[in-house]
Amino acid sequence: MTEQENTHSPMIICRDVHKWYGHYHALRGITMQVRKGEVVVIFGPSGSGKSTFIRTINRLEEHQRGEIIVDGIPLTHDVRDIERIRMETGMVFQQFNLFPHLTVLENITLAPIWVRKWSRAQSEEVAMQLLKRVGIPDQARKYPGQLSGGQQQRVAIARALAMQPKIMLFDEPTSALDPEMIKEVLDVMIELAESGMTMLVVTHEMGFARAVADTMYFFDQGQIVESGPPNQIFGNPKEDRTKLFLSQILSH
Amino acid sequence: MSARPASLPAHAEVLPPPTERYTVLGWLRKNLFSTWYNALLTVISIVLLALALRSLLDWTLGQARWEVITTNLRLFLVGQYPVAATWRVWACVALLSLLIGLSWSIWGRGRRAGALASGALPFALAILAEDETRLALGITGAMGVLGFVIGRLGGARLRRLALIGWVAYFPLVIVLVSGWSDAAGALPLVTTNLWGGLLLTLLLTVVGIVFSFPLGVLLALGRQYGLPVARGLCVMYIELIRGVPLVTVLFMAQLMLPLFLPGVTIDRVVRAMAGIVLFSAAYLAENVRGGLQAIPRGQYEAARALGLNTWKMMLLIVLPQALKAVIPILVGQFIALFKDTSLVVIVGLLDLMGIAKTVLAQPDFLGLQAEVYVFVALVYGIFCYLMSAFSQRVEARLSAAR
Repeated sequence: MTEQENTHSPMIICRDVHKWYGHYHALRGITMQVRKGEVVVIFGPSGSGKSTFIRTINRLEEHQRGEIIVDGIPLTHDVRDIERIRMETGMVFQQFNLFPHLTVLENITLAPIWVRKWSRAQSEEVAMQLLKRVGIPDQARKYPGQLSGGQQQRVAIARALAMQPKIMLFDEPTSALDPEMIKEVLDVMIELAESGMTMLVVTHEMGFARAVADTMYFFDQGQIVESGPPNQIFGNPKEDRTKLFLSQILSH
Repeated sequence: MSARPASLPAHAEVLPPPTERYTVLGWLRKNLFSTWYNALLTVISIVLLALALRSLLDWTLGQARWEVITTNLRLFLVGQYPVAATWRVWACVALLSLLIGLSWSIWGRGRRAGALASGALPFALAILAEDETRLALGITGAMGVLGFVIGRLGGARLRRLALIGWVAYFPLVIVLVSGWSDAAGALPLVTTNLWGGLLLTLLLTVVGIVFSFPLGVLLALGRQYGLPVARGLCVMYIELIRGVPLVTVLFMAQLMLPLFLPGVTIDRVVRAMAGIVLFSAAYLAENVRGGLQAIPRGQYEAARALGLNTWKMMLLIVLPQALKAVIPILVGQFIALFKDTSLVVIVGLLDLMGIAKTVLAQPDFLGLQAEVYVFVALVYGIFCYLMSAFSQRVEARLSAAR
């Protein structure tokens, strides 16, 4: 495959992905393609497998059947492939998962220094630029425990971006936040989407989806029930389950 | 309409918290004589304390025959270690003083009173001592001050140097104390059967801590994350050792090691050290495992998602947090280890306790158990206190970092 073809090929290809927890069939044949620069929003009721799915893409969860190809690298049991994919994908968690024993700056520079093998000076320069980008350069020397939830989540985004990933995965990034802090995190994510980042976002923030999503996927019971651009999903959903779910989360 | 809720006044005052101030009498009244039965208890306690204190002072200053300690002080401190080589032990002490002084000025910010007191201690002892001991103590004190001054001038730049110094210090002590050859120009060998007293106790402790720590951490990691075979072996080892008293392990080390390794003669002290290390590592592993279990799953996921491999994840993310969480338990274990080294008496080594027994067998000092054991208890007590005080400092520093 040449470089030229690579830029046109999808960033993420999933074909018939299955996952079981014991006897419980959590993912039942997910097929999805994500183009470069596409912003994908995945939503659905709890237990629908949306978090499980996004976590199979960087192998935090192992899929048992089907095929996942990230940036041309097939996801197999080969540890080197897994580590390469993890270098290409940044992830942001619901519970932030910052490292409490490291300062904000150290949280961000850790992976560039130890995985990308950059110098400390270069890593810190990049980290400070990212902190400016997410709006909290003055918190660099503090510890995560001293920040608000919204600030912590913005640090977590900066930490993921420091590895210069090609894909960003967001697993319910605003679900653990107090209402007044949701906006500051969404603003950062919107800016990121507009900069052309390929993003997979599991969220119930329908305002965000309407604003920046290219494609939305509605998950239920481990399957994709319906997908399409936001105006179609919001304006003219085909499936009854989608209509019901949307009416439930948009009613208040 | 104003956004301010109606219940809040327009200018809510910011008030300081209420302060409680007591006079001495007020404090006494509140804490000791608040009710009639508290007053009664206070009076009874004071009387009992006074009686106990008086008889204690009577004994310490009057009846006790402390010459048993002063005459045998050398024996208590270094055992049969040759007089001609004592300077080597002093050199270790002086170097330690240098390192402590240096570390104190680099890390121990804002503890001027403690630094002054510690720095003055060797000089105060030097006044009490005589001849060579006075000189040695003087040098020790001077080295401490020198280290402190160097740390002041160098500041944070010396951190790495100080750490290297500590790491290099322990092998250096072993080499200095044991020597290597009787050839001219070399440090003459001092065989371990001459090591004794406090020197031996401290060496057993330090070796026990320094070697059981990494071994224990590895066992904990193996038990928690290892592949099934490795995990099984770790569990077996830990449970086996924990099911056996230290005395047994020490005996096994003395008797069995030579059987397992025929043709190789292992020094008696080294065998005891091996026993202590193997024993302590099993307990340490379980304590560290407690810390590992306290790490939330999200920490592993975040480390993995950033592309850290298993070893980097353990060293950079998991262990720093796990070990920090169990510092109090680990220090408790190290203090226990320090005191447990007294069990080497039963395999014929003369550590501080062993020396105490031999001193009590001297015809001149028969029947002076009280004096000897009080002294030994005091020495153990001082070192245990130092260890726990140090751990509290480390803990305070680490928790300030959060």
